[in-house]
Amino acid sequence: MPAADYDSASLPDLLPLYYRRLFPFSLYYRWLNYGGVQKNYFQNREFSFTLKDDIYVRYQSFSTQNELEKEMQKMNPYKIDIGAVYSHRPNQHNTVKSGTFQALEKELVFDIDMTDYDDVRSCCSQADICSKCWTLMTIAIRVLDRALREDFGFQHLLWVYSGRRGVHCWVCDEGARKLSVAARSAVAEYLSLVKGGEETVKKVILTDPIHPFIRESLSLVEKYFPKYALQEQDILGQKESVDKVLSLVPEDVRKTLQQDFQNERKPETRWKILKDQASRKQNTTKKGKHFEKEIMLQYCYPRLDVNVSKGVNHLLKSPFSVHPKTGRISVPIDIKELETFDPFSVPTISLICEELDRPRTEEEDVKSEEVKENEVDAAENRKIRDYKRTSLAKYVRYFDQFLDAMARSWKGELLKKSDLQKEF
Amino acid sequence: MQFSGRRKKLSPSCQADLYEQALQFYGQPPLENISLSEFESFAVDRMKLLKTVENLGVSFVKLSDTYKNKLEAESKNLKLSPRQDNGLSEHEKRRKDHISHFILRLAYCQTEDLRRWFIQQEIDLFRYRFGELNSKQKLEFLHKNNLQYDTISVEEKQALSKEIVNSSYAVSGVKVEDQDVYKVPFQDALDLVRTRKVYLKAGYAYIPHQDIVTIVLNDFRTRLSKALALTARSLPAVHSDERLQPLLNHLSHAYVGQDYSIQKNVGKISLEQIDSLSGKSFPLCMRQLHQSLRENHHLRHGGRMQYGLFLKGIGLSLEQALQFWRSEFIRGKVDADKFDKAYAYGIRHMFGKEGKRADYTPYSCMKVILSNPPSQGDHHGCPFRHSDPELLKQKLQFYKVSPSGISQVLELVKGMHYQLACQKYFELTHNVEDANFSLNHPNQYFIESQRALGGGKESKREADAPQRSQESSAARGSTAAQEAAAADASQNLAEMTEDLDSFFNDS
Repeated sequence: MPAADYDSASLPDLLPLYYRRLFPFSLYYRWLNYGGVQKNYFQNREFSFTLKDDIYVRYQSFSTQNELEKEMQKMNPYKIDIGAVYSHRPNQHNTVKSGTFQALEKELVFDIDMTDYDDVRSCCSQADICSKCWTLMTIAIRVLDRALREDFGFQHLLWVYSGRRGVHCWVCDEGARKLSVAARSAVAEYLSLVKGGEETVKKVILTDPIHPFIRESLSLVEKYFPKYALQEQDILGQKESVDKVLSLVPEDVRKTLQQDFQNERKPETRWKILKDQASRKQNTTKKGKHFEKEIMLQYCYPRLDVNVSKGVNHLLKSPFSVHPKTGRISVPIDIKELETFDPFSVPTISLICEELDRPRTEEEDVKSEEVKENEVDAAENRKIRDYKRTSLAKYVRYFDQFLDAMARSWKGELLKKSDLQKEF
Repeated sequence: MQFSGRRKKLSPSCQADLYEQALQFYGQPPLENISLSEFESFAVDRMKLLKTVENLGVSFVKLSDTYKNKLEAESKNLKLSPRQDNGLSEHEKRRKDHISHFILRLAYCQTEDLRRWFIQQEIDLFRYRFGELNSKQKLEFLHKNNLQYDTISVEEKQALSKEIVNSSYAVSGVKVEDQDVYKVPFQDALDLVRTRKVYLKAGYAYIPHQDIVTIVLNDFRTRLSKALALTARSLPAVHSDERLQPLLNHLSHAYVGQDYSIQKNVGKISLEQIDSLSGKSFPLCMRQLHQSLRENHHLRHGGRMQYGLFLKGIGLSLEQALQFWRSEFIRGKVDADKFDKAYAYGIRHMFGKEGKRADYTPYSCMKVILSNPPSQGDHHGCPFRHSDPELLKQKLQFYKVSPSGISQVLELVKGMHYQLACQKYFELTHNVEDANFSLNHPNQYFIESQRALGGGKESKREADAPQRSQESSAARGSTAAQEAAAADASQNLAEMTEDLDSFFNDS
């Protein structure tokens, strides 16, 4: 795909085009306005822009979609972050008495970054990713999505590819947006199983009874573990990685396993032997009897950046922002197509800008005749036509569906309210 | 004392009602007049009790038998146990409990840190006391305070019984059938959610009756934090009373310990000294951070905060700090330009030169142990708390601690006495039999170490007082500091009403 070849030097040339013709402003506004249910929800929202040469501008805010559009087209930010909804307009934060300017609400957000898995992936490290380790993100989304929906009862979860090495989740339910800092940190801690830094070898320790949440998460992890960990990462292949796994089993079992593994090279069989040892241990002792589960979790369970989720005022990269290093657009991920989502096929800004320059097909010309009828919406329509000609289209369409679902939920609320009123 | 004659006028029935039960939510402030000396002695006694609560919480597993026995003994000793025993009458003790609580509210509502500390200790005390009630008293308490929670039906209970049993550590199947299970929004049971000790379904927490203390505590916490914010607003009135103001200030300073923020040694340390000091006088947590900084030429945010503020506390100036971090970072992947853009801000922030210009204090042991545990790639935290025992052992061996010393340290770690373990490490590495201080701050470790090694002669303590005033007058000279101070003062009041939740989430 030569068109997708992205060179970060071309970014200053591409961004104006992207913000002028492709960025889905109207949906973006529709999202952050949340149906206008609460007054000034969009107006008091903080945006922050990263400009050329890492110049960072915080506390931007806009009163209308148009104002946001104009400003973004003027500034051409390399990166856009979204912050909290504040008590006052963020761009006026200096004019209100300090202390009264406060972050009130924000989506509950999660940030999962592949660098946090460096101790358990052998294929890449740091900011690099490949299709092998991307499975970790798939697992992370599966596990968290289930828990946030079933355990916490949230419904409107927007999963977004960060553009490089991770994923973000925006929980947009009204209840989630209103959570206190303490509640956010409690949710994040409930969801965290892998604990400890560089000074800890064994990062997952299970105790009886195993909480339903862990059981559910395990059953999701188990589906991926054999193919991902045993085959692709080959954690029971090379001596070095075998030793790493064995450092997580209780000492008395370790010796036995080391011997057993001498006669058996096949990772699947080795894993079976290990599992057999674990079930034998479950019948005899209490301590450390869940080690096979602990290994699976340590290798595959999502690793959250808790601090991002905790703070109401924490900034997070916005959907549809460009990743300046890779040029990829930060696109929403349709959970229904999660298994086939490939970060490498996410369009780059250079690709979609080139697609825009390709000559129109006849069919499109016909359509453009039709829309001419309505001159008022012409500009808007042109933009819709523009992104529809690019590979960004399907992501924008999914975003639209997500917003529709959310709109239905607050329409339901409004209906309920008016019904109640009728009774009186 | 001059008011003592008027004391009797207050309606006795209201007070008797208030003290009917051993435990209360402190909803009604005391209305009687008391003497200044009683005011002071009540306050000091409760402070001692809260301090005990804090110490026991660090040294023992909360609500273990030892913890409960020691707390019981101290409560009796201070005549603050609401339960019947010899000595003061029940009424007298409940009155003391009531009044002393309200006095400390005055003393501890002034800053975020004080409020956080006070609420945490009061909550632990309340939890212990609630646990001591028998089930009939508990029900009475709930009833009296109008605490009603939704229970689930028998059918629902049966359907969910397996999940509920597996989510709570102390309930067996039989018991669930016998007791009520409450269904509350998960936001009302955050302590249980955080520790995953409750069954969650569709946003609701299912809480067996025996765990009801969490919801009650949540209620207590909310009320107390609101009350403290309100108290803070009425503080100016109290402060205008010159009899009370010094007393209250003294109270709030007396027991939270030193915060090591006053930089009395600014400039006393040169950057060249840090390597050797880290081996001799840094506590293990800082030695670990220093070492990994030197090895990786980088530290992640948690590490930069913990180590950076420690260095500030031992006397690095802002300029030195910038130089220190820059010279190390640029040896790694970060170039000077990136450092100035991405990291220098954070360091100036630490010194109160950016953002809200708060002068951050170095982290205490409690903070290091309890908040922001290290994750992948992190080297911060408390080595005694956040290391695998096996790694800790190797490290201690590497630092030439004797085998018997190592086993003593590990034994303390096993008992979750992390600060005592650190103190033991101090004793072992400084060849002192019994360090006669109780360790609660990495910077305290450093100061004590310098003293033990003879560095104390150029004494920090002696120069303490005069230098401090010099520092502050010097600071007053700079406009930046002035602005900050002015902003601080005006901010103070406005911030009182801020969402207090955020300050407690560390605990």
